[in-house]
Amino acid sequence: MKAIGRSVPKKESFDKVTGVAMYTADKVEARMLHARLALSPYAHARILSVDTSEAKQVQGVKTILTGDVSDVLIGEEIRDRPIIAREKVRYYGEVVAVAVADTEAAAKRAAELIRVEYEPLPVVNSPVDALRQDAPILHDKLGEYENEGRAVPVPGTNIASVNRLRKGDIDKGWKESEMIAENTVWFMPSDHAAMETRSATAEIRPDGYVVIDTSSQVPFTVKKYMANYFGIGSGWIVVQTPLVGGAFGGKSAIFLEPIVYLASKAVGGRKVKIVLTREEDMASAPVRIGLHATVKLGSTLDGYIKAAHITYRFDGGAYNDKSSDVAKAAVIDCSGPYGIPNLACDCFTLYTNHGFAAAFRGYGHSELTFAMERAIDALADKLGMDPWELRFRNAAVPGDTAPTRDLLTPSNLGDIKTCLNRLKILSEWEGWQVRQIDAYRIRAKGISCFWKNSSMDTDASSGAIILFNPDGSINLETGVVEIGTGTKTVLAQILAERMRMSPERIHVKLTVDTRTTPEHWKTVASRGTLLAGRAVLKAADDAIRQLLDIAACVLRADPEDLVLENEKVFVRADPSVNIEVREICYGYVYPNGNAIGGQIIGRGHYIQRRMNPLNPVTGEGTPGPEWNVGAQAVEIEMDTRDCSYRLMKAISVNDAGKVLNPEGARGQVMGAMAMGLSFANREGFDYNEQGMVLNPTLRDFSVLRYDENPSYIVEFIETPCLDAPYGARALGEHGMIGMPAALADALSRAAGVRLNQLPLYPETVWRARMGYSHVFL
Amino acid sequence: MRIELLLNGEKHLVEVQPPELLLDVLRETFGLTGAKPGCRNGDCGTCTVTVNGWPMKSCLMLAAEASGQAVVTVEGLGDADIQQAFVDKFAFQCGYCTPGFIMNIHALSSKHPQADEATIRDWLQSNICRCTGYEEIRQAVVSVLEGKVKGM
Amino acid sequence: MYWSGGTEIITLGRVNLVYTEAVIDLKHIPECRALAVNDQSLIVGSALTLSELYDSRVFPLLGETGSGVADRTSRNKITLGGNICSQFIYKEAVLPLLLTDSDLVIAGPSGARRIPIGQIFNGTLRLGSGEFLVQSVTDSQYLTMPHFSIKKRKVAAIDYPVVTTAAIRTNSGIRLAFSGLCAFPFRSAALERLLNESKLPVAERVGLAASQLPAPILSDMKASAAYREIVWKNVLIDILTTLGE
Repeated sequence: MKAIGRSVPKKESFDKVTGVAMYTADKVEARMLHARLALSPYAHARILSVDTSEAKQVQGVKTILTGDVSDVLIGEEIRDRPIIAREKVRYYGEVVAVAVADTEAAAKRAAELIRVEYEPLPVVNSPVDALRQDAPILHDKLGEYENEGRAVPVPGTNIASVNRLRKGDIDKGWKESEMIAENTVWFMPSDHAAMETRSATAEIRPDGYVVIDTSSQVPFTVKKYMANYFGIGSGWIVVQTPLVGGAFGGKSAIFLEPIVYLASKAVGGRKVKIVLTREEDMASAPVRIGLHATVKLGSTLDGYIKAAHITYRFDGGAYNDKSSDVAKAAVIDCSGPYGIPNLACDCFTLYTNHGFAAAFRGYGHSELTFAMERAIDALADKLGMDPWELRFRNAAVPGDTAPTRDLLTPSNLGDIKTCLNRLKILSEWEGWQVRQIDAYRIRAKGISCFWKNSSMDTDASSGAIILFNPDGSINLETGVVEIGTGTKTVLAQILAERMRMSPERIHVKLTVDTRTTPEHWKTVASRGTLLAGRAVLKAADDAIRQLLDIAACVLRADPEDLVLENEKVFVRADPSVNIEVREICYGYVYPNGNAIGGQIIGRGHYIQRRMNPLNPVTGEGTPGPEWNVGAQAVEIEMDTRDCSYRLMKAISVNDAGKVLNPEGARGQVMGAMAMGLSFANREGFDYNEQGMVLNPTLRDFSVLRYDENPSYIVEFIETPCLDAPYGARALGEHGMIGMPAALADALSRAAGVRLNQLPLYPETVWRARMGYSHVFL
Repeated sequence: MRIELLLNGEKHLVEVQPPELLLDVLRETFGLTGAKPGCRNGDCGTCTVTVNGWPMKSCLMLAAEASGQAVVTVEGLGDADIQQAFVDKFAFQCGYCTPGFIMNIHALSSKHPQADEATIRDWLQSNICRCTGYEEIRQAVVSVLEGKVKGM
Repeated sequence: MYWSGGTEIITLGRVNLVYTEAVIDLKHIPECRALAVNDQSLIVGSALTLSELYDSRVFPLLGETGSGVADRTSRNKITLGGNICSQFIYKEAVLPLLLTDSDLVIAGPSGARRIPIGQIFNGTLRLGSGEFLVQSVTDSQYLTMPHFSIKKRKVAAIDYPVVTTAAIRTNSGIRLAFSGLCAFPFRSAALERLLNESKLPVAERVGLAASQLPAPILSDMKASAAYREIVWKNVLIDILTTLGE
């Protein structure tokens, strides 16, 4: 019986199709109080006064919190953000006050009656604006903020962090280059738009425990930072996370938890609940990062890239949060999956008067890939070379070095060339790349490659506990949050495979409680399978050892002669000598009543090996364990009259290392491809000149719906990663990474003009075709 | 005001405020949290229930309007084909949009067991799924409709 | 405030763009739920939902044009009257009524009256205080005429229009009405005269069309005026070609 490589349905399947599945906001308690936010209507303004007198008159209101309630500044890299705005607001939708009341309706009414007087300030509306000499400075105390040391801010400017990377000899690279191509791309911040809006509850119990329920990817990070920010012993903080209704990186930021904690504190510790409206979730909560980037490439005439200079200007928004770290991740992999010997990368994470950026699925990689791949296409045009061929010639192979100077090996690097070869066949690339269908319609294809390493804290770790039941089945508990990726089910498969039993006999704890659940660093970076998977394997080995020990006693055999399979322990050479696991997993009772052993509890943990942070000047370091790769294509059909177009086909060939759950893996990749296409085709905030978000609803911020998708072709190749459980590589984010670039490539081919701006609305394409100058704030 | 709801096959007399949404009464009064708030603006479909057999966004309906009507939520489906089809076809990831999709498709399969592609598209574009590329959902719909037609 | 589907009152009320102390639900008035067709005319109650109108298939142009509004599940709640009396500028369901010179039945404190739509709909429905829309009455001869309805959106399948166009071919020529093009839905006699000028080539008629608009072309988040014009003109060409023979 194989447990891996099978499409085991998600453990929570029936909960999810019957409505039983519980998410944070589904907890309804009579005595709970409700909080609602008052938000800034300005992107940049001085707060002159806050008048809460009218709000306090609303029946049922318990308290109104304003910026005065706490002078704690928060932030994972730079502590630059007040929990509730103080003195200034720096983005449209920033929290300026919080109303707490018996009912949500009363809290809403009160929040609406909070009167704030503002003095509008000039707005920084793009990363390019942020760098201007005369730009308004968002943070005049930038130099005084506490800093974890990973971001490198420049006080007196809007630069939250500068990261640089140098590899090889860039001057030599330019000298060896016979062709130069330079290309600039940009896109505005956008949103995660998980279907479940963020929500949290907090209470402070009489004995001092702070209990937080939160819709989060990072309950253990919430625990850590709540302890740091408020000086609470971390043992006194309990963070609970049930199922999460989509996250995509947006729920890896700390946002509501400190607000709702302060609210509870202000009402004597009573439980306070907050559920964001869609508008708040889009405009107020963290967003996806924006980018303006220039890539300059130099190559020989036969297409070997000798040098690349990459400049990123990331739109990190009003507060740094994780934006400088997303930017750093883009620096780490800036070359894309190409063996470019001479590299320079200058990366600026900028403060702007936009919502602040958190992680987004891909963590900087669809961003860097869009910049690099569009430049590769520009280079292919100038060389008159097939863009597939140009990519194939430069594909990184073992023996090359990464931008961080790590040596690439068959284990830490997936097989890009095989992905490209499969893509060529699946996309019928050689048949045609663009063709006229009739008077108005053109079909075209575009391609992209990608790679992605994870860039986690160097000490990111995970743990697992397995507990036997009297019937021989196993309860598995890990700190991975079930955000929809099916990781908890895959972990059960990994465990079952090691225990040589059926995954149906593994019971999975779906919720996380930081008091009892072993810590999993963060449910991010597609690293659940690696980190928690390795911890699970260790826990399995621990349990197996215990089972064999007790079986050895009972069977009077050397443990080394024993084998565990199908919930039995037997003598390898004589399987007739055996005992059922259920007879020993709770201890063994001899016929005379004597007993030995006890409930088997297996434990395991895993921490990344030999990681170190980047040198901020050279970019040298080891940020993550492996580069996972793939190649993708998109085919579109465009109406040349108005440039409206349909997504016809999207292809992704991913190096999966080993596919553990085929349907699950396919779903992850397809879903990611859809998200990448949706982003490239239609997602982006519309800011007006005052920096207000004009489209913070799912009506005006549209995402792909049923039948707007192309047909999907997903194929896996399997080059094992030696560190990972059964060789499985990361999958969850990778399907989206190349989609924007491939779509832009296809549309450029159809429109006959190079498209470098996202989203690619038909009007955007039309404007480029008509030669209108790009609209860029 | 007092209304009579025929909710998941049972009659309930319930006190509601006139402006209260059906969604909130389902969730807070009855604990039927399978109906999810996603936008409270009629844009996303996560709160879809059926009213007299037709899919309805419970954020676009007052509880008072549901008086005397037969309301079914995902909890009241019992054992509909589409639920098993969603499991078999891996038609959900995070599961948040799932009850809304299931209620919509359940209504579609009873009102239009022979629905063509255009009708399926028209109905299903009422709901947003942010996790999948809708391919698995399409397969689940197709399998349920094929089952209906075979069973006729 | 009158209530029919109530979708707009609920959604705008949530963000304080509508405030009301009380509502009067019209969908229990039988006349507002009427759907009757005979040799002479079709009566459509204002509280019929857009889905009901589409599914009934009695007035295909109205059904199809209405089916471009929002999404199917929402249209199970959105009514004809609600759409026509909407605060939003689109009101797409009015276009077929404009094209067919339908009459509207309006009720109010002083009783009911029947009035040609052209006399009471001018960008918006000019209701008096306390009045509400009960029914539309459409001459049956229009129901089977060749028609065309198309909604062009910015990019998504569900969205407000860049431009929605409805058209029918009558014995006296093609009639056209538009939503999303200008800041209000309209039908223009001058524009229809131009577009029916069969001596001119189609491209030339369409080229001159913008000069006959009753108001500037809208420029907003959904489309710039320049792009809207291009999209609109391509639709005109398609309609004149399809309905022109």
